[in-house]
Amino acid sequence: MEDFKVIDNYLMVKMPEEIDHHKAAYISEYADKYILKDTVENVVFDFEDTRFMDSSGIGIIVGRYRKISCFGGKVFAIHADRQIKRILHISGLHKILEIME
Amino acid sequence: MIEVKTQMPYVLQGGNYMKNEMCMEFDAISTNESLARVAVASFIAPLNPTLEEISDVKTAVSEAVTNAIIHGYENTYGYGCHGISKPAYVEVNEGKVTLRCKIERGILCVEVEDKGAGIENVGKAMEPLFTTKPQLERSGMGFAFMEAFMDDLEVESVVGVGTKVMMKKKLRCGTWLEHEGEE
Repeated sequence: MEDFKVIDNYLMVKMPEEIDHHKAAYISEYADKYILKDTVENVVFDFEDTRFMDSSGIGIIVGRYRKISCFGGKVFAIHADRQIKRILHISGLHKILEIME
Repeated sequence: MIEVKTQMPYVLQGGNYMKNEMCMEFDAISTNESLARVAVASFIAPLNPTLEEISDVKTAVSEAVTNAIIHGYENTYGYGCHGISKPAYVEVNEGKVTLRCKIERGILCVEVEDKGAGIENVGKAMEPLFTTKPQLERSGMGFAFMEAFMDDLEVESVVGVGTKVMMKKKLRCGTWLEHEGEE
């Protein structure tokens, strides 16, 4: 899948244009497959193409954070636009997630 | 089956206050979540809302419709691509979600109704991070988002009968405040 890439021990996840419950299961399952298979320590979510996200996106991030945080891993968000940053802040996710430009 | 009823906008008190109503009914499958939020976004487009207002409304509608589908009718997987472990086609519970929208004097009212399972304790369900489906990675933020992104939220629910979520939002607050200043 071109949406998932492992660089060093980082898993890069390219998020789709719209993240809702319909798309969430697919992203979570593929990300988990990579987390189990390779030596992935950290996960980076790339929101470059994302124009819409609801609480299902929060579920994806929290779920992946739970899986890697016990091994000292971190989650990052890159290219998040204003609306996505707002959602991350309202849900309090900015405390566990590093938001980078 | 989609039923769309629209009325001609009318001018009230010299202002550009438009009145418009719509009602649509769709199957409770996850594919229709995007249909619902895009429909509401187009519905409010004539009011010329800001991008932020459109995003807020879309997120709130998406949360309400997703809740109706997942919790009301237990359709956790609809048709479509769902990764490796879940097949593309799984059994789907029959059910309809009704979405009603109304614009009056710049206020958008959205009603999302299902005839599904109902909520036992509405107060508890509205608590942030409370979810009955943690195995599906539901974050429990649905109602919190609806409250944050809309101005008013009301939930009516009877166990075994269904749930109705009513949301209101004042659109174009920016221009409305500007007018206040002019007077």
